[in-house]
Amino acid sequence: MKQQCDKCGKPATVHLTEIADGQKVEKHLCEDCAASEGITVKASLPISQLLEDFIFQSGSQESSPEMTCDVCGLTFSQFRERGQLGCPNDYDAFAAPLRPMLQRAQEGATQHIGKVPRRAGTSQKKQNAVLRLRSELKAAVSAEDYERAADLRDRIKELEES
Amino acid sequence: MKLADLTHSAGEWLRGAGPMHDVVISSRIRLARNLAAVPFLTQCTEQQQQDLERRLRDDILAAGIARNVLYVDIPAAGELDRKLLVERHLISRQHAEAPHPRGVALNCDETAAIMINEEDHLRIQVLRSGLDLRDAVGEINRLDDLLEGRLDYAYHVQYGYLTACPTNVGTGLRVSVMLHLPALKMTGEIEKAFRAAHDMRLAIRGLYGEGTEASGDFFQVSNQTTLGKTEEQIVEEFLAEMIPQFIEYERRARQALLTSRATAIDDKVQRSLALLRSCRLISSDETMYLLSLVRLGVNVERVRDVDLKTINELFLLTQPAHLQKITDKELSGKQRAEVRATYIRARLGTN
Repeated sequence: MKQQCDKCGKPATVHLTEIADGQKVEKHLCEDCAASEGITVKASLPISQLLEDFIFQSGSQESSPEMTCDVCGLTFSQFRERGQLGCPNDYDAFAAPLRPMLQRAQEGATQHIGKVPRRAGTSQKKQNAVLRLRSELKAAVSAEDYERAADLRDRIKELEES
Repeated sequence: MKLADLTHSAGEWLRGAGPMHDVVISSRIRLARNLAAVPFLTQCTEQQQQDLERRLRDDILAAGIARNVLYVDIPAAGELDRKLLVERHLISRQHAEAPHPRGVALNCDETAAIMINEEDHLRIQVLRSGLDLRDAVGEINRLDDLLEGRLDYAYHVQYGYLTACPTNVGTGLRVSVMLHLPALKMTGEIEKAFRAAHDMRLAIRGLYGEGTEASGDFFQVSNQTTLGKTEEQIVEEFLAEMIPQFIEYERRARQALLTSRATAIDDKVQRSLALLRSCRLISSDETMYLLSLVRLGVNVERVRDVDLKTINELFLLTQPAHLQKITDKELSGKQRAEVRATYIRARLGTN
């Protein structure tokens, strides 16, 4: 006769023997009950998925909660899905998790040594300030706050011409 | 200058000349550039994409990159024109098919092309016939300087030129050399050469670049690393190591075939030429296969009455969009097979 699940009476597929305080305890559980007890994970989950989940979890633990670029609004998981970043500021916003990815893709290199634009005087800060103002402008326009939008537009112009 | 003017010849870079032209079809360099203070394309609103397209078009046209510049507004161009540009390697497949505002600026001999709103705001490309990377890198640098005089590029002290995909960051420079390796394919040594290329962190792709299979006898070899090296270093690595090896292996394989299997090679080459000269219906794939063998025959001097330029042109002009442009008609696949055969016979001299 087939062993039945201790909890629900369905055919048991997981058999566990535990020795606690010198006492042998046998448990017989069906797939669902074993999963809900946390003894097993659903068998239908392929091993590759398990591995992926594990890697993903351990990856996101370092960077939890979800990282978001405050300039373009892209989240780090969106970047992982698409493989494309949303704006120049992402290189700083996602600096920590990007660094090892870049090293893997670029033979370990993390420093540019090639051409430098003549107009590189435009500092990173200024570039990002303009980007940030632009996203605020977008929000102001969609909220129909035209007074604020006009003010933002002037500030962007001022910064760009400085 | 009109797009239609392009259809009857193959563009300077396919003229079948330039250093090492027996093995190297062409050299291509591209730079990825983005404007500072504007999101990358995937995070742009449609309005921002439209503004970018207009602004970059105006700046490119005002920068004086060449005496004659043709600008093609891709969404406004017909499907056939878009395919024509892909067949000529002037835009990518993705650029032809994307849904957003975008364009391409070309000089009249098609040695330079600047795509607007591809994966990055700007993709600057320079093409040369044969192995001519030093000249190409000089030219692309000149174009980049001209544009940079009008544009603020997104640039990072540590990471260099910032790109939508981190695999292009740094120099934003991708070198692609297109090779014709029929003898290595025949002797089966090609896998060995590819493994050596992978070890040197070079990517091997098919005729039409990213996402196309390396099939037939034509291969594009390109660098995968864009950060931590200067532009000149990337180019010199190609010139000093990998490409000379490919050329040497291929030439040696050709000689070995001629020594050990001369009659078999002659048979293959002459049958191919005879088929091309007498066919009445022919597919694009079969054309490529046969032309590759004839090209080998020309290069090892077993075919003397056809020149390399004609063969190179036929590779291009027998493709679907080109055939339809040449005949100025929309053609079904079946009709194309007939038109293609007629055109090839006319160019090679019919039997």
